[in-house]
Amino acid sequence: MQRFINNPDEVVEDTVKGFVKAHADIIRLASNPRVIAARHAPVDGKVGVITGGGSGHEPAFIGYTGRNMLDAVAVGELFSSPTAKSFLDAAREANGGKGVVCLYGNYAGDNMNVKMAIKLAAKEGIEIATVVANDDVCSAGPDEREKRRGVAGEIFMWKCAGALAAEGAGLEAVQAVAQRAIDNCRSIGVGLGPCTLPAVGHPNFLIEPGTMEVGIGHHGEPGVRVEPLKPAAEIARDMVKIVLDDHDLTAGTEVAVLVSGLGATPVNELYILNDTFEQEIAGRGLTIHKTYIGNYFTSLEMVGATLTVMALDAELKRLLDVAVDCPARL
Amino acid sequence: MQQFENASAGDIVLSIADRIIENRAYLSEIDGKIGDGDHGVNMAKGFGMAADRIRGNDMSLATAFDTLGTVLMTEIGGSMGPLYGVMFTQFAETIEKSAAIDARTFSAMLSNGLDGIQSIGAAKVGDKTLLDTLVPAIEAFDAANADGKPFPEALDALVVAAEEGRDSTRDLVAKIGRASRLGERSVGVLDAGATSCALILKALALGAKQKLLMSATAGR
Repeated sequence: MQRFINNPDEVVEDTVKGFVKAHADIIRLASNPRVIAARHAPVDGKVGVITGGGSGHEPAFIGYTGRNMLDAVAVGELFSSPTAKSFLDAAREANGGKGVVCLYGNYAGDNMNVKMAIKLAAKEGIEIATVVANDDVCSAGPDEREKRRGVAGEIFMWKCAGALAAEGAGLEAVQAVAQRAIDNCRSIGVGLGPCTLPAVGHPNFLIEPGTMEVGIGHHGEPGVRVEPLKPAAEIARDMVKIVLDDHDLTAGTEVAVLVSGLGATPVNELYILNDTFEQEIAGRGLTIHKTYIGNYFTSLEMVGATLTVMALDAELKRLLDVAVDCPARL
Repeated sequence: MQQFENASAGDIVLSIADRIIENRAYLSEIDGKIGDGDHGVNMAKGFGMAADRIRGNDMSLATAFDTLGTVLMTEIGGSMGPLYGVMFTQFAETIEKSAAIDARTFSAMLSNGLDGIQSIGAAKVGDKTLLDTLVPAIEAFDAANADGKPFPEALDALVVAAEEGRDSTRDLVAKIGRASRLGERSVGVLDAGATSCALILKALALGAKQKLLMSATAGR
């Protein structure tokens, strides 16, 4: 393992320390050292927008804290849900008296900890509404959409909800727009190489050399098939097909596209993929309004990439275009 | 009446923590086959932190359970933090008003712990989770009591059923959590949560038996 770490058991502590030093103009560490809050939060009379998740996905989740985005983020261990207490403290940091919307990713631990945080927050008069992201197409079949996990589509959900909340919308409206944003998203990941939790010391899943895992999850969860590695254009065509076959979009629909590396894939390869993504998406009669490309939502040093396509309507398009100020580039 | 004092029985929780810490590498190894491989690391971290707060403080069993439950819920996260956290917190709430713990109180404690888990989790028996250990263990304990077996024998029945339940997970397909994505590929491996749950129940039962023996000797 060739990694920049001090103590494998303190990876998250050390990550947060460096993050806070780098971005002190935008964010601050809350009194709970496992909560990052926007400098401006809470804003009186504004719906608070929060999320939380395991670490190792940087810049997600903490990097999306900032103006017109998330007000606070609960930080978990590597690939492990934050505690209920951290979700509660994130809600406290974000609470401007109009309720808080928690927009998170449908993993077993997150579901339980958020559920407990909602109960604890209610006791102190903070209402938490939730939206659970489920954009990962290969994480469960179309008949079990409620079981699907949230992946990079969460960024679009946060961006739309964050922008609407900043305009002063109420809790129900912010929750509704977040739900619509994620309902309009479909994502897929392809893994070419595994990742290693430093405290474990060896890869926690295998991808044989010369093969790839199509539909891989954000922690190496198995996808729909393992097959021989193919040229980028063929992989990209498959990815677009899987995403759009699950997405009933009429020709002429405007979409936003997000292409993210999973941690160890060179950014140039994302552009190689995107050359075909654009061609295939346009080939289906869809109009690409905007493409985001880079390391937006990673999985430690996994080799691979994800593609997210969000269908836009007038409101989602407007909200997506609102400028944000957060540590991650958006 | 077979019972043991709640006061000063907090050291039972220390022995539970010792078993978890001893099995740190083993629990991570089995978790690594179908999960992230961090079950032992996270469990040992939480139980170790709780043990540090309990050790030397002559706690009642109720206070020690509450300390452990609170640490797991507020410091550990993941899935196991809330699940075991709520279980131990419910254990504590059930027995906090009881000066002595008899088989009936012990049974109510286990059932309330299970209720707590089921109030936040969505798993059922057969889904390859810690419930496959916990549910049959409680059933065996209650059945032994209903048969009029002495408290220590009911505790033995609990341990046997817990370990059989743990072993049953080897042939099950995971239906929940990360391992569920593996489908049939999850067969052949023990569930890490079911395994840690069997360790916890065995240490709890042995600790309770020892206390019963001590109070029987003291009462003689």
